[in-house]
Amino acid sequence: MEALLSNVDWSEIGWASWDTLVMVGMSLLFSVVIGLPTGVLLFLFGKRQLLEQPVAYAVLSFVVNVLRSVPFIILLIVMIPFTVMLIGTSLGVAGAIPPLVAGGAPFFARLVETSLREVDRGIIEATQAMGASVKQIIFGALLPEALPGIIAGITVTAITLVSYAAMSGVIGGGGLGDLAIRFGYQRFQTDVMVITVALLVIFVQVLQMVGDRLVLYFSRK
Amino acid sequence: MIVFDQVQKSYQVGGRAIPALHPTDMTIETGEVFGIVGHSGAGKSTLVRLINLLEPPTGGRILIDDENITDYDAAELRAFRRKVGMIFQHFNLLSSKTVADNIAFPMKLAGIYSKAEIRDRVNELLARVSLSDHANKYPSQLSGGQKQRVGIARALACRPTILLCDEATSALDPQTTQSVLKLLADINRELGLTIVLITHEMDVVRRVCDRVAVMDAGKVVEMGPVSDVFLHPQHPTTRDFVFESESIDRDELQADLSKADGRILRLTFKGESTYKPLLGSVARESGVDFSILSGRIDHIKETPYGQLTLSLVGGDLDIAMQALQAADVHVEVLR
Ligand SMILES: Nc1ncnc2c1ncn2[C@@H]1O[C@H](COP(=O)(O)OP(=O)(O)OP(=O)(O)O)[C@@H](O)[C@H]1O
Ligand SMILES: [Mg+2]
Repeated sequence: MEALLSNVDWSEIGWASWDTLVMVGMSLLFSVVIGLPTGVLLFLFGKRQLLEQPVAYAVLSFVVNVLRSVPFIILLIVMIPFTVMLIGTSLGVAGAIPPLVAGGAPFFARLVETSLREVDRGIIEATQAMGASVKQIIFGALLPEALPGIIAGITVTAITLVSYAAMSGVIGGGGLGDLAIRFGYQRFQTDVMVITVALLVIFVQVLQMVGDRLVLYFSRK
Repeated sequence: MIVFDQVQKSYQVGGRAIPALHPTDMTIETGEVFGIVGHSGAGKSTLVRLINLLEPPTGGRILIDDENITDYDAAELRAFRRKVGMIFQHFNLLSSKTVADNIAFPMKLAGIYSKAEIRDRVNELLARVSLSDHANKYPSQLSGGQKQRVGIARALACRPTILLCDEATSALDPQTTQSVLKLLADINRELGLTIVLITHEMDVVRRVCDRVAVMDAGKVVEMGPVSDVFLHPQHPTTRDFVFESESIDRDELQADLSKADGRILRLTFKGESTYKPLLGSVARESGVDFSILSGRIDHIKETPYGQLTLSLVGGDLDIAMQALQAADVHVEVLR
């Protein structure tokens, strides 16, 4: 056993796991904070929706599409000057968060838009007929009705961010990905590679399980 | 009172204006149950959704209790809509809220009721629609009839003066339809609420409505008291609906009539005359012999009516007709 995992420094693995957790946690938080309102606006500005705004929709949708169509590895590099401007460095855990948010927020925004579109129009109409304002329709009817879908969206986004966070190791982002690249890839330490991959798999499994539970809990259908 | 003054609505489809409601004049009295029947696509939903401005009209004025609601600004419109309840074919309950929270929802939106007021009102409404035991269930745990009763309770929460029902019983089985209609009739009677009710079943109209408008292709083609429209339909669309509701096959009816001898009359009895032993005495006095070709005895709302198609032979037809008319029977000579 010792020989098999001779290269593995467990305290390093521990710190790297913690870093990954922080990167995913923080970037998920910001992705939700930015993506949720963006998704709501995308929905509201859409065709035949409450605040139909073809121009605003086209602009917002374009920005979201651009961010989503750039491969994340490229986004990481393109974002470097901006990240430095924003937080002073493009390295480490902190440096990885802006590009992660730039990748995660638009992804989540689309998922929010989709789950809002799945809310029965009749419910919006009934709420309107009760004399609700647009704000009341959003917070009183749309978001509660779309909650299971939104939670599923958060789960998918979190999992995507796990893989993005691992990728950020390429530009010195820290975490398990960084470990895998520095030791597993550059120094051919296969055992380190295997451990990091295993940890990432477990991480994703746990996220999915928790997400599914929450969706089930909030689904009343 | 709801007054439509040359109200019209057209939808923009692919840059062209497609009329859904041609200019319409109409008055719905306070406290009546007003039915709207028509085939699919006739414009019934459009007409009803104009009443709470879910659809803004493209022309004309809508007056409710002498106020032109088409002039309302956003805040006035929201306040107005609280006074107009609406129920739907597919109930449109919030699946994420319990029965009690669904009923409380419009009151919470209004923002003018205290917690205690809301709780009391919800309990009162739950009792009215006989759902007190289901307060904490979610809509998915209810049957269709129960869901619609929640819908009705929710619509009544803010004590509206008008209740709009868009095919409220179309997704329900006949028995459940009965109970929902009875609930609506009770509400109308006890609360004096004006009810506007869309349906494609004449039978629903017959049971609960005071007056009815028949729509066809975006126009109101016939309008009047249910007994007039139901017993003496003028427009072909209305006749279709009446025949359909009585499951009369027109061709069969014609065939039956052609086999009969003598004159054919259709007699319509309404109210008290329905129960009078009239035919025998008329036959004796006038010497006519009659055979019944078809007939139906039923109620329009609470009023009993009967409609009989007879063939008459021999005797004095004029005396028979006079005697029938003297007894308040409406007589039509079919042949
Ligand atoms: N939002 C809309 N955009 C374009 N056309 C519409 C819209 N809503 C309704 N229409 C059209 O207006 C006409 C009347 O529709 P409406 O829904 O009022 O009919 P209806 O009598 O309620 O029919 P149903 O019994 O099927 O509910 C139809 O031809 C329909 O296609
Ligand atoms: Mg309709």
